[in-house]
Amino acid sequence: MSADTAIHAEGLEKSYKALDVLRGVDFDVARGSIFALLGSNGAGKTTVVRILSTLIRPDAGLASVNGFDVATQAAQVRESFSLTGQFAAVDEILSGRENLVLVARLRHLADPGAVADDLLERFALTEAAGRRVSTYSGGMRRRLDIAMSLIGDPPVIFLDEPTTGLDPQGRIEVWQAVTRLAEQGTTVLLTTQYLEEAEQLADRIAILHRGRIIVDGTLAELKRLLPPATVEYVEKQPSLEEIFLAVIGDDAEDTGRGPDADARTTRKENR
Amino acid sequence: MTAHFLGDTTVLTGRSLRHITRSLDTIITTTFMPIAFLLLFVYVFGGAISTGMTSYVDYLLPGILIITIASGISYTAFRLFLDLKGGIFERFQSMPIARSSVLWAHVLTSLTANLMSVVVVVLVALLMGFRSGAGVLAWLAVAGILLLFTLALTWVAIIPGLTAKSADGASAFSYPLVFLPFISSAFVPTQTMPAPVRAFAENQPVTSIVDTIRNLLTQQPIGNDIWTALAWCVAILLAAYACAMAVFHRRTS
Repeated sequence: MSADTAIHAEGLEKSYKALDVLRGVDFDVARGSIFALLGSNGAGKTTVVRILSTLIRPDAGLASVNGFDVATQAAQVRESFSLTGQFAAVDEILSGRENLVLVARLRHLADPGAVADDLLERFALTEAAGRRVSTYSGGMRRRLDIAMSLIGDPPVIFLDEPTTGLDPQGRIEVWQAVTRLAEQGTTVLLTTQYLEEAEQLADRIAILHRGRIIVDGTLAELKRLLPPATVEYVEKQPSLEEIFLAVIGDDAEDTGRGPDADARTTRKENR
Repeated sequence: MTAHFLGDTTVLTGRSLRHITRSLDTIITTTFMPIAFLLLFVYVFGGAISTGMTSYVDYLLPGILIITIASGISYTAFRLFLDLKGGIFERFQSMPIARSSVLWAHVLTSLTANLMSVVVVVLVALLMGFRSGAGVLAWLAVAGILLLFTLALTWVAIIPGLTAKSADGASAFSYPLVFLPFISSAFVPTQTMPAPVRAFAENQPVTSIVDTIRNLLTQQPIGNDIWTALAWCVAILLAAYACAMAVFHRRTS
């Protein structure tokens, strides 16, 4: 494990009664990169995230975040990351702004109000700031959830299935937020069951299957695992998603959500 | 971590108090059942109950306050359950804050909410003719016993709040607690009960608490009841706190 490693997992095991959820998970995430943990439901992705975020202890194995051991230096680990869980963990009865102020206070920041206003602006929530979160759409909740995770600028962010249950627009909003994070040098560990999401966002992809990492590499490396591509000519049909976004495109602009095409080309140019 | 305990608890208590002030219906529904009992027993059954006291509402009020608290704390379990289910509990647990402040915030909120409910019920009783000549010290003693009782039952409520699988399960535990005052000196004097029931009634916690509060409010000698009442409250508090903390730590390991 070098100094460039933001997250390190080694031989992680966890079982619940007779069920072996993790059976020896190893991976490293480089500082400032986006790492996708890809797997189907029940593969153990959330268990990995819960171990890394000090919510549960592994039965065996070592894990560290930002150089701190999750078992022995839990307090320092918690200073180093933010977690966005599978379900938007926001307070429904408070307003969006109150949610942000709450987290800023708990992170003992000097000016919680200013921090909240800045994030509301960045996540296009200023207009809805004073409204109770129970009136928010799924995408807005997710945006607020991620905004809450950014408070205090933690060097590492865990996103557990951040786009599950979101409509295509909401998903693109989350992708853009994640991309911006990585550009600012934040390390992102993302779990997803959507192959496309991993392909769009991640610098490195690990496939977790039945409690083990079966493949770990860049997209290019993973592609080399298969026989060389044969060239076939296929008529390019627009996907339903492209049609959907094109048809409702104007709305997306108005609410500060960039069209899909932009998000994709930006990411691809980055590579 | 402990350096932040007070600050974090204050911030989190502020949060859950907002839940109360924004859904005042929980205070109303908490007081609805005790007030219904108060009306029913004072105006329907009370005439046929001989307590040896001139005013039945004066006799009944302490037991009704116990019922108010017993039903009020089920909201504490419910609110804690919702925090766990919604994921915000895990968000707090994954943050660099004093971990137990999440529970203490719910406890302090429970004390506040129950105090509000108790005040509402006492006001209704005053309208119904409840009167007490008790002095400031006696009232303070009553408030202290009720607070201690609320604190003890709140820690009991934390246990189902942390372990329940459903919202109904989280609040159902309070039904027996609401029922307990019926088999005590709260509604009728225990002397009229058959021997086994009487033995239970006279030796369960509610009777000593109710008798103490009643004697304080009616300026009667308190005797040893107050020590029995305090012993029960402290014993319940310590046992529930230890159990709740054990459940809490098991959840996070």
